[in-house]
Amino acid sequence: MSGMTVKAAVPVIEAAALTIDYQTDRGSVRAVEDVSLTVGEGERLVLLGRSGCGKSTILKSIAGFVKPHSGAIRIRGREVRGPGPDRIVVFQEFDQLLPWKTVRQNVEFPLRIARDLPGEQIRARAEAALRRVGLARAMDAYPHTLSGGMKQRAAIARALVTDADILLMDEPFAALDALTRRQLQEDLLRLAEEIGFTLLFVTHSIEEAILIGTRLHLLSAHPGRTVASFDTSGFGWDDLASPAFERVAKEVHQILFAPDREHADTPTKEPARD
Amino acid sequence: MTDLAPDRPAENAAAAPGPGARAAAQLRRSGLGRKLVVLLALAAIWQVAAVLADKPILFPTFTATMGALWDALRNENILLAAWTSLAVLLKGYVFASLLALVLVSLAIVNSLVREGLQMLIAMFNPLPAIALLPLAMLWFGLGERSLLVVLTHAVLWPFALATLSGFDSVPETQRLVGRNYGLKGPAYVVRILIPAALPSILYGLKIGWAFAWRTLIAAELVFGVSSSSGGLGWFIFRNRNELYTDKVFAGLAMVIIIGLVIEGVVFRLLETLTVRRWGMQR
Repeated sequence: MSGMTVKAAVPVIEAAALTIDYQTDRGSVRAVEDVSLTVGEGERLVLLGRSGCGKSTILKSIAGFVKPHSGAIRIRGREVRGPGPDRIVVFQEFDQLLPWKTVRQNVEFPLRIARDLPGEQIRARAEAALRRVGLARAMDAYPHTLSGGMKQRAAIARALVTDADILLMDEPFAALDALTRRQLQEDLLRLAEEIGFTLLFVTHSIEEAILIGTRLHLLSAHPGRTVASFDTSGFGWDDLASPAFERVAKEVHQILFAPDREHADTPTKEPARD
Repeated sequence: MTDLAPDRPAENAAAAPGPGARAAAQLRRSGLGRKLVVLLALAAIWQVAAVLADKPILFPTFTATMGALWDALRNENILLAAWTSLAVLLKGYVFASLLALVLVSLAIVNSLVREGLQMLIAMFNPLPAIALLPLAMLWFGLGERSLLVVLTHAVLWPFALATLSGFDSVPETQRLVGRNYGLKGPAYVVRILIPAALPSILYGLKIGWAFAWRTLIAAELVFGVSSSSGGLGWFIFRNRNELYTDKVFAGLAMVIIIGLVIEGVVFRLLETLTVRRWGMQR
């Protein structure tokens, strides 16, 4: 391999030939077939596809919640054997915050479980994380008193409070209203710039995918297969209306809604582009 | 005590949740004044009916009952009888609740235990605890041990059922959050499942309490004295034999009052401090 001479950094997240089945009453159904992806240090990879493409399933298997049928998942070269606090998941559901804990206690929770910091430091770090996401004033509120946007902010703070530099986000803003979503997207990008975490982000919004991601991975549905890949690192908030942004968005749209993809059973091979 | 009286329908409906519980919640919100009115109206109806019936030996008036209760409090140590009952009850209640928690936690991790527990619940939950009393007496003799066996039976199955269904309905996301941070085994049960299922667990504790109280009084009626002094059931039984019907009513009133205090003060407080505060229950 000629690549040997290149500085072959071990990817942060690596999934190789991932095939995932899930069990239903009528037997097992293939959710994901032969998907490979890598996410490098500080990269933000977005999985985009229509519902049923298995994007959440891929994220859950990388998180260690779902065991793949075949294929390998490695985090910094080490095989994933189950869930772990080195990869923190932010879910779409608001009830990911534990209702019996205040916002502060929720954010402190992963540190208290890890038990390797004294109480004072745990408090200080939780407060810093909450300030970072703009929740300094709601620290001692219980989750049920918060708005959806605040709940997701708290969940992001809980993800940032640990030393984990890998974030797995499963449509975290999908249940928010449009304005709140925009605000949180901005904040997420700001945090990503500041902290430089590695992000795997699942969404069904084309615009969100191009904005958030440095790279875009398109999946077909039933079962999920990789159909295309885009470099979207150049796009920021100022490019929303730019021709380049529109061109990519249109292309993504065309691939996702290509007529032959309506028929799930016919395997379509699309050349992956970069 | 008066402000608790309208909670009575809630206790009666305890076996069938849903509309009953909701109606009870509405009643609770309705304020002290209305409760007092209801209570006074009930007392008035009782008084009028008893006066009209004019058979004080069979059906004493409200005032006669209150007089008898007052007398029993002062001269017959009905509080000691109540305490005798409660002390036995608490032992059985705590033991059965802890046992149920252990069993349900095991059922969560092991599907074989789970099937077994579900089967046992299906078998024993409908079996009235009092029906076990003759057997318990045969095996353990006349005494506290028999009572404890029956009490454990009365609390264990309904509480295990409520807790199991509570664990089952813990949101998937919260389970995943716990696993994400590396929680496993007992730590996972204690830090995620139990708090997340607390509304159901408290509900099960309430049901278990009602069943235990009911069972104990009934057992004492059959049993007579379980210790030197005898409990409330024995108080009722003894006074019936001597045809002090007003004292029988006073004993019944005591049973009701204690039930209301536990439901309306202890459990209400527990709920206010936990699930209501957390927005897990309205």
